[in-house]
Amino acid sequence: MIRRAALHAIPTMVGVVIVSFLMLHLMPGDAVDALAGISGGASAETVAAMRSAYGLDDPLGVQLARYAAGVFTLDFGHSISYGAPVFDVIVDRLPATLLLAATAFTIALVIGVAAGWAMAVFADRWQDRTLSAGVLFLYSAPSFWVGLMAIVVFSAKLNLFPLGGAETIGADLTGWALVADRLHHLILPASALAAFFVAIYARLTRAAMLEVLHQDFIRTARAKGLHPLRLQFRHGLRNALIPVVTMAGLHFGNLVGGAVVVETVFNWPGLGRLTMGALASRDISVLLGILLMTSVVVIAANILIDWLVARLDPRVSA
Amino acid sequence: MTVIDHPLRARPKRRPLRDPFLLLPLLVLLAVAVMAISAPWLFPGDPLDMVAMPYLWPLDDPAFPLGTDSLGRDLTAGLFHGARATLLVGISSAALCLGFGTLIGAAAGYLGGRTDLILMRVTEIFQTMPTMLLVIVLLAISDPSLTLIVVAIGLASWPMVARLARAEFITLRHRDFVLAARALGYGPFRIVFIEILPNALPTLIVATSVLIANGILIESAVSFLNLGDANTVTWGSLIGAGRTQIRTEWYLSAIPGIAIILTVLAVNFLGDRLTRILNPRLRA
Repeated sequence: MIRRAALHAIPTMVGVVIVSFLMLHLMPGDAVDALAGISGGASAETVAAMRSAYGLDDPLGVQLARYAAGVFTLDFGHSISYGAPVFDVIVDRLPATLLLAATAFTIALVIGVAAGWAMAVFADRWQDRTLSAGVLFLYSAPSFWVGLMAIVVFSAKLNLFPLGGAETIGADLTGWALVADRLHHLILPASALAAFFVAIYARLTRAAMLEVLHQDFIRTARAKGLHPLRLQFRHGLRNALIPVVTMAGLHFGNLVGGAVVVETVFNWPGLGRLTMGALASRDISVLLGILLMTSVVVIAANILIDWLVARLDPRVSA
Repeated sequence: MTVIDHPLRARPKRRPLRDPFLLLPLLVLLAVAVMAISAPWLFPGDPLDMVAMPYLWPLDDPAFPLGTDSLGRDLTAGLFHGARATLLVGISSAALCLGFGTLIGAAAGYLGGRTDLILMRVTEIFQTMPTMLLVIVLLAISDPSLTLIVVAIGLASWPMVARLARAEFITLRHRDFVLAARALGYGPFRIVFIEILPNALPTLIVATSVLIANGILIESAVSFLNLGDANTVTWGSLIGAGRTQIRTEWYLSAIPGIAIILTVLAVNFLGDRLTRILNPRLRA
């Protein structure tokens, strides 16, 4: 099961590498132009010599093969602005983004499924209408704006949360105090990022629950006198979760993309700020490295979710 | 020959304009369109010019009802001019997605076989890359302009349409009317575009509302991050400009954000209503 999913992922990854290579080539100017720019200009002969030294005058296919071989051995090139291998620069910041995305994902899934379940149980009554309106509001609000307003209310006015960052600078905390401090910094950005996805999962859960509750086995279970709560959870929600979790995997990439924007709002030291820095210095190899690494994360998350769905739904593994 | 006119089922008379959930979103979108169109007449001159005292709060001065920012720029003028970019990017990126996605999905669904396999592989590649990051990288390639933003959003979000169109074409291609069209000797282009496509339209129209909403949200994020054209005012760039004074002059970011939410909310409500009107199976 997992092996099949992993095998399926390989051509996708190759495709992502090819697309990013093509984008690298669409860029006006190449690494040699950038180097020449940094060193304050170079003669045409030097530039040509450097091009052939770096292999930039080879046929496109050869360059692609070299680029792909580099990517698959985790060599994403050298970052000019950070003066370090791109892979190291990214791996340095990836855990912070993953922590933010995973926390937001958990919040979104828990609240979204709970809200969607309540909406389905009270379908077309005032509870459902109120929740649906709230969900549609979250579905329409840009995450960075939700984050900014959360800062205004909870940080600036109520002083409940820090304005940004991942930990109190210079506090020198250890042990549980450090964990509590980190958590304190994590709650606002993770909630702001989760808001949009709460809406998505609530809508999905509502639709899936309504579909499941109309099926024959639910009627049978009700007829044999099963307790309504047991019916809702064990028979209803468990089956409704299958399409929700599958879709959640498809949305994970957008969650990571959204993290980039939310990070800049909260000064979160992850890939988002790295992206903005790389953009400012036009460091395209870092940008493409981020795109590649996050694609790997998305693929890995999807394999994990396939496995989870197989656990939830015995029909899938057959 | 007699024309038999027998309604399958007496439908209750529907008055769509009495439905507040259809009427209100339409009014909101109409208001945004009027703002976009009237901006050059109501607020001639560059909305980026200084016109008044900085940091006027909303309602402080009736001439500037929504206040001014740190450089004394009129927020009302910015909001009116920003409506142009919002609508333009939302609608044209959706149109781009719809055209491209439908073409890919139709080819994959109708032709099937190896074409389907390859096209779906390509779709999956674009679905794997996080949309926002792909847009950012595409914007880094060239100088930012509204056109480039539209193309980047279109390129990053067509897979959803392609999947929808493919699913529709797969179910429709074996229907009797398609077989009849084939028996009549119609070519594949006529069958795909004139026979099948109109039947797939309800699904695609509903998808359009999601595409417009997404396009507006992505555009606002891009211009919030200051990656857009610096000479064009958009709602996202207004939020981004107000961000440095977020603790004190929070209205500078709050008001354009409310404009975005109202517009996207209207588009989403309209999509929800259209789903119910166009998809009778959902009508209980």
